[in-house]
Amino acid sequence: MTHVDGNALAGDLREIFAVDLTVATGQCSGCGYKGSVASLRVYQNAPGIVARCPHCEEVVLRLVRGRDRAWLDLRGTVSLEIPLP
Amino acid sequence: MAFGSPLSFTDTMPIVSPGFTGRRQSPDVELPPGQYLAEDFPVLTAGPTPRVTTDRWQFTINTEAGLRYDWSWQQLIEMPAEKITTDIHCVTKWSKLGTRWKGVSLDVLLEDVETAADFALVQSYGGYTTNLPLEDLIDGQAWIAYRYDGEELTPEHGGPARLLVPHLYFWKSAKWVRGIQLLLEDEPGFWESAGYHDYGDPWREQRYQGD
Repeated sequence: MTHVDGNALAGDLREIFAVDLTVATGQCSGCGYKGSVASLRVYQNAPGIVARCPHCEEVVLRLVRGRDRAWLDLRGTVSLEIPLP
Repeated sequence: MAFGSPLSFTDTMPIVSPGFTGRRQSPDVELPPGQYLAEDFPVLTAGPTPRVTTDRWQFTINTEAGLRYDWSWQQLIEMPAEKITTDIHCVTKWSKLGTRWKGVSLDVLLEDVETAADFALVQSYGGYTTNLPLEDLIDGQAWIAYRYDGEELTPEHGGPARLLVPHLYFWKSAKWVRGIQLLLEDEPGFWESAGYHDYGDPWREQRYQGD
């Protein structure tokens, strides 16, 4: 099963956050890798969206959409550095 | 037997031919609420497909008291196996009817396991986990399946072996299964900790927390 890059997260994350998070810099809690959200490996053929670290393949972000709710699990992310205008 | 329950039969029983058309037609079948009929077998995955060779494959049951029971691939395939024909229901809304599997019942694997646990956390190669009550793994409801549709189970569908627990949504039927941790308290797995239901009964449409 192939993955796509983190730009695929743009629409779903924009619905939750007021800024484009794909340009944010995240740090992986597994290996410490720092890179843009757009550089993550995204698996979409699943019950939710799973974004993995391009360096160690650890899960850094999970997003599940219900009918009227979304769950965002960021336990694999140490921090997100978000550029502000 | 409730509709949608798995049919289990021994190796020696003939498989009933589904007839010339080979498929049941959708108007004749009752699916769980919100499901549609899939003719193909969609591949869902939360990450790269683990490639686990049978020579290093191992299945382990760990109990709440720290007891450990494990089986090699050779030991697994030498255990009494069943053929199972069952409908499966994915939480992403496809259902597939009459899928044919072969595997070892969890009743056989748990037979000599000493435990007072009420819950199980199923663990996979690649890091996936899923939780369910232990009582849903026993009494002919769950198998470690290693053949699908008369062939070896492919890595895309969870080979060399996956859990098969078809009365719950199919995310509970963990691909690439490597073990079960028995627990006194329920512990949410990979999807259950991100919004999905702890039990996941398709007939009660338990997709998300609170359903």
